[in-house]
Amino acid sequence: MRNSSSTDVPEKRATGRRSPLATVALIAIGLLTTGGGYALFSSTAAAETPTAITQATAEEGQKLFAANCASCHGLEATGTDVGPSLYGVGAASVDFQMATGRMPLAMNGPQGQQKPPQFTQEQIDAVAAWVASLAPGPEVPSDAALEGGDPSVGGELFRINCAMCHNVAGAGGALTEGKFAPGLLGVEPRHVYEAMVTGPQNMPVFNDMNLTPQDKADVIAYLQFLENNPSVGGFDLGSLGPVAEGLFIWIFGLGAIVGVAIWITARPN
Amino acid sequence: MSTAAGTATVTEPSANTTPPGPGMRFTGAAANYLDERTSISGIVRELGRKVFPNHWSFMLGEVALYSFIAILLSGTFLTFFFDPSMSHVTYEGSFVPLKGIEMSAAYASTLDITFDIRGGLLMRQVHHWSALLFVASIGLHMLRVFFTGAFRKPRELNWVIGFVLFILAMAEGFTGYSLPDDLLSGNGLRIIDGMVKGFPIVGTWISYLLFGGEFPGTVIVPRLFVLHIMLLPALLIAALGLHLLLMVINKHTHFAGPGRTNDNVVGVPVMPLFAAKAGGFFFVVFGVIVLISSTFTVNPIWNYGPYDPSPVSAGTQPDWYIGFADGALRLIPPGWEFELWGFTVTLSILIPAAILGLFLLAVAVYPFLEAWITGDKREHHMAERPRNAPVRTAIGAAGVVFYGVMWAAASSDLIATHFMLSIEWVTHALQALIILGPIFAYWMTKRICIALQKKDREIALHGYESGRIVRLPGGEYIEVHQPLNEYDRWRLVDYVDYKPLMLRPNARGKISPVQRVRAILSRWFFEDRISPVTRREIESDGHH
Repeated sequence: MRNSSSTDVPEKRATGRRSPLATVALIAIGLLTTGGGYALFSSTAAAETPTAITQATAEEGQKLFAANCASCHGLEATGTDVGPSLYGVGAASVDFQMATGRMPLAMNGPQGQQKPPQFTQEQIDAVAAWVASLAPGPEVPSDAALEGGDPSVGGELFRINCAMCHNVAGAGGALTEGKFAPGLLGVEPRHVYEAMVTGPQNMPVFNDMNLTPQDKADVIAYLQFLENNPSVGGFDLGSLGPVAEGLFIWIFGLGAIVGVAIWITARPN
Repeated sequence: MSTAAGTATVTEPSANTTPPGPGMRFTGAAANYLDERTSISGIVRELGRKVFPNHWSFMLGEVALYSFIAILLSGTFLTFFFDPSMSHVTYEGSFVPLKGIEMSAAYASTLDITFDIRGGLLMRQVHHWSALLFVASIGLHMLRVFFTGAFRKPRELNWVIGFVLFILAMAEGFTGYSLPDDLLSGNGLRIIDGMVKGFPIVGTWISYLLFGGEFPGTVIVPRLFVLHIMLLPALLIAALGLHLLLMVINKHTHFAGPGRTNDNVVGVPVMPLFAAKAGGFFFVVFGVIVLISSTFTVNPIWNYGPYDPSPVSAGTQPDWYIGFADGALRLIPPGWEFELWGFTVTLSILIPAAILGLFLLAVAVYPFLEAWITGDKREHHMAERPRNAPVRTAIGAAGVVFYGVMWAAASSDLIATHFMLSIEWVTHALQALIILGPIFAYWMTKRICIALQKKDREIALHGYESGRIVRLPGGEYIEVHQPLNEYDRWRLVDYVDYKPLMLRPNARGKISPVQRVRAILSRWFFEDRISPVTRREIESDGHH
């Protein structure tokens, strides 16, 4: 909340000491800077979603929500014993959870699992619009916010902030009690961004104070680099590190060589 | 077709051969020239006629030797370009995601080897894959020697030298793993630093000595580099030479068979047959290494980024041969430490360190332990079949399981994610397994060995089941047993039979406590046994 005046309709007050124009100019400057800054800062908002969020989409979303989500999250999305309240989670959260197939949950477990999405993007947008209409929250990022990152800065940020759970190569890793950080290759940049903003499941939130939108774009650029540039060394064995390498050399390396040894000693000469 | 070496004689060139051609004359003259100046013919005769028995498991040591040669060659290439310095540089090479990042010269030069030096990445991968193969083949070779009893007199010392080679190989591996100064190697060093600091009183001092101050410092990479390319390889090559020399002096063991006794070696001589085979095998091993290196990534240091003490990647593990140590640390329940006079005693480090030390010590001294328990002073040149030494095989199996559980524990996080399990339960299961697993493996292996021995005895006495069912005139059905031929039977009946030691008073009529312990251990070893089939048994059996 940088400046609430940007959204309020300014009231004109007559004062004896200032010229009325000064007030107008001040307000104009204030509006320009905050509004412009706000637009620059989060160019995420509505312009990207091709279909403008109308009352009709939100109503459609409410119906979908009531049919598919309300049994856990409650008809008014206020949460129940088995599902959290969705007030303030924002459209980004809904888009991430539903478009990656995590919601609706396949089963109870330590963590929601990815599966093929159960809804079309229009339906997801509708639910997201309705949930976002309940209370303000993070919005779905614009395409522009996902581009223009620097992979080398992103790589450094990724190693410092993400690699301890997701592995340096984004291959994923274990968390406690059966939870895990999923692999990140093949995940859409939009979902990566949404995950950083909303902190789904066991992931912490990386808000804009922590990682600026530019930082997030850098991280995405690094992940895109990893995805589009397969390992220069050949097959990467899942990028899992020395365990996969050790298994490989024992099974295939030593296995092949023992096979040859058996072959060349099969006949006495 | 085998040549009996014990009785083999160097054949004299027969008189009726045609006179040698110019090529042969030149070779002969050159050989004579060399021999007159070096007396090398004695060595050539000895080595050239050294006999190698033919069995695939006798090739494992060679695999280790050949992968070591691959390591030496690729390592030499890498030293041309590697800069073992921790001075800060800004990377300006061709790998985009690290451009402009500050890093150590060591890491930058490793990236240059990978991305900017022709053939560098292949050489790096050859070096790393062959190092993994080197230690793996040493491990398998040691298991072969252990389970066939090839460490018995007169080869106990060579077992110890081999053990030293194994430790040196691991040390080489670990120092090499730490050189690129990427995130993975730095994390590995941090664990070593933590373990060293866990030792009371001396730990901190040793750590500061090693790192030249507080971790990570600026000297550890150059120091490890010197160890990695100078001291450790020199020791390794010396020990390797000694190992091979003793192998020639002791001669090779061989498995039981007709014509094979404790006093001879049956196989093929080095020249020409074995040399050709082994030479070919060398190229096969080298080829497999290069094939793997050119198709499979190993240690993608470019993913890990430069070392920085704050980040740790998920899935950070040591190379496989250090995995058992990492696993031992992971298996200790949390919070095992107490305070003494204001100092924290970290049992969660000291206990795994002690367990690892004792385990390795047990491996090193096992030949002497077994020799003492059996009281056997004879020389043994016959490789035993594992089933014919049930307790030793069972001890070995228990050791393998113990090692394997620690090894698995080093990848507990990957087991958890890949099998959709909870990491806590994986750890708890492995904690239970490290105690119960070896016990179960011991019991199970011993039972299996004895059962196999019984089966062998049955087959030696009554032949094998032919699958032919015959109905007798009385209506009874029997399965016809086909007797074994002499050759096959030999394999089954020719083994050394041990009996538990008798407790006998010494010259002064006393039984010392040491003797008692020895008798108890001997009973443990040989109480349950199946004695080999004797000639009389076979003969009496043949009549019915």
